[in-house]
Amino acid sequence: MNVLDTIGQLINVTLVFSTALIFTALGGMYSERSGVVNIGLEGLMVSGAFAAAVITDYASQAGLSASAPWVGFLAAAIFGVLMALLHAVSTITFRADQTVVGVVINIFALGLAIYLTKSLYEGSGQTPQLDNVFEKWAIPVLKDIPLLGRAFFTAYPTTYIVLALAFISYFVLFRTPFGLRLRAVGEHPSSADTVGINVTKYRYIGVLLSGALAGLGGATITLTTTSSFAHNTISGQGFIALAALIFGKWNPLGVVGAALFFGLAQALRNFAQLFEFSKQIPVEFYYMLPYVLTLIVLAGAVGRSNAPAALGQPYDPGKR
Amino acid sequence: MENAKKIFNKTSFLIPAVAILLGLIVGAIAMLAGGYNPILAYSSLLEKLFSSSYNTGEAIRAITPLIFTGIAVAFAFRTGLFNIGVEGQFMMGMTGATIVGVTLDLPWFIHAPLAVLTGAVFGGLWAAIAGVLKASRGVNEVISSIMLNWIALFLSNFIVAKFLVEKGQQKSRPVHDSAMLTIDWLIELMDKARMHWGTFVALICVALFYMLLWRTKQGFELRAVGHNPDAALYAGMNVNRTMVKSMFISGVFAGLGGVFEILGVFGYQTVMAASWGYGFDGIAVALLGGNTPVGVLLGAILFGGLTYGSTGMSFGAGVPSEVVRIVIGSVIFFVASHGLVKWFLKPFLGRRASKRKEAV
Repeated sequence: MNVLDTIGQLINVTLVFSTALIFTALGGMYSERSGVVNIGLEGLMVSGAFAAAVITDYASQAGLSASAPWVGFLAAAIFGVLMALLHAVSTITFRADQTVVGVVINIFALGLAIYLTKSLYEGSGQTPQLDNVFEKWAIPVLKDIPLLGRAFFTAYPTTYIVLALAFISYFVLFRTPFGLRLRAVGEHPSSADTVGINVTKYRYIGVLLSGALAGLGGATITLTTTSSFAHNTISGQGFIALAALIFGKWNPLGVVGAALFFGLAQALRNFAQLFEFSKQIPVEFYYMLPYVLTLIVLAGAVGRSNAPAALGQPYDPGKR
Repeated sequence: MENAKKIFNKTSFLIPAVAILLGLIVGAIAMLAGGYNPILAYSSLLEKLFSSSYNTGEAIRAITPLIFTGIAVAFAFRTGLFNIGVEGQFMMGMTGATIVGVTLDLPWFIHAPLAVLTGAVFGGLWAAIAGVLKASRGVNEVISSIMLNWIALFLSNFIVAKFLVEKGQQKSRPVHDSAMLTIDWLIELMDKARMHWGTFVALICVALFYMLLWRTKQGFELRAVGHNPDAALYAGMNVNRTMVKSMFISGVFAGLGGVFEILGVFGYQTVMAASWGYGFDGIAVALLGGNTPVGVLLGAILFGGLTYGSTGMSFGAGVPSEVVRIVIGSVIFFVASHGLVKWFLKPFLGRRASKRKEAV
């Protein structure tokens, strides 16, 4: 394998790993920008991955073929929203501790997904391998550019969608009244309330959007990487997305950069086995890499006060 | 006893009790929706727990680590920190105990205590990393300890696979008998259930948890920092040092949990694909117990019992044992959203309150 090809391939795999992280981290961004901590991203991803696997399977059986994964993809967003609704009702309406509820979502979502999988597939803890998953799109002409073609223009549709979504999110967050209000609610809810912004409504929107997007993130993993759902399909991706959100300083484009960085760390692990020199390093260290890098980055680069000011605080209009 | 009264009041029991009930109902609804019989399922769960002395003993074995991790989480909570990294500290405790247990050859009265101590310190130091990062760099302990969980998993796997491995297997060489802390006569008595000293140490730790926080000057500082760090700082307390100290102690409790899984139960450490989840369950236990010593103990008994009994459910009623995770998740959900529970209880409590008014 020549060097150019390898680099192209590495970038390509990085994009595959990063896509799910970007979806989820963007979701987390909407929630946290509105002032609601979302530790439950992992659980929301699990819900999405589960729904995508099951609905795609059922859609395939119903006779759909190429469109089946799209149905599953959509279902994942819906399932994610339902799970996030639980988060929203308890943290926003009943002012429960946001971190705790996030932990609950993680426990609950995984339990529910495996329980339903076993109920639907006669006791098997894993869904069957899907026949119809996303295929890579090769963009005509562009795909033939050396290096870049292989790296960027032969990718899953989800990758193109998520990159577009990141730019849209940037625009929405910083260039529209909606974005301004969402940020205001996360920075200073009582001021926002004073000028007539419905804090509850915007926080609900933020949390539900996080459910939809994290659901899509989970679906991305099912429909592009694993082709099935089991208890270990997500295994920590939601937490890495959370780290990407913080590393990306709650900014859509920063989030993309951070997610690409973590995606690269994961891709390197696959590539480490290809070369003699990198094989010398025990594989566990490659597994550790993204987490160690996160710690270093958090300790070194990120300052103290980048988070939305009201992050984690329930809004109680009766309090001053 | 004044303090104890302050910690336990009426609502601190009522909310969890209702939450447990609601959690069991949610589980029952899930079972009905899946076409299973919830009554048969819950009764086979109970039967599993109490049908034989072996099963009861094994249930106690399953409860023990949850007491440790529950205390670890609750201790940190009381000092204003959310230690979600108990999972990793638990694992480092296991690894510390395994290293000493496998590699050293000492008389039992030195070997066993040394293994316990090493594991506890491993757990404590692992937690202290998150404490130091928070105190010195302002890194949110939730994020850093999630990262540390994964690092602990892979680091433990690396240590086991590289230095302690049994040839050709995915686990360490056995821990020497001199470091093991099983209770042989109790194992005989309980029909070969794996009983060990860890259960008693766990109970001592529950008492220690109370004494440390409510009976010492340091404990007052720890709680003061947890209650209001600004006020504590103004009163001349060293908030940063207290944070690190609190994380260390919390990590010691977590590490001890891991220690006894190795020295009391398995006698070796495996290379793991994912962590066991005792740490995350510890969060559930602490929340249910309202971060009080007795509450944590009761919470651990409930969750450990449910989890161990769930195998009986799948055997006796064909229900996937994961339904217990749904129950546990719902229980904590309802404890956390106590506003929801109070709203649910309002008709009942309201009637009682109005009756009281009439009586006056």
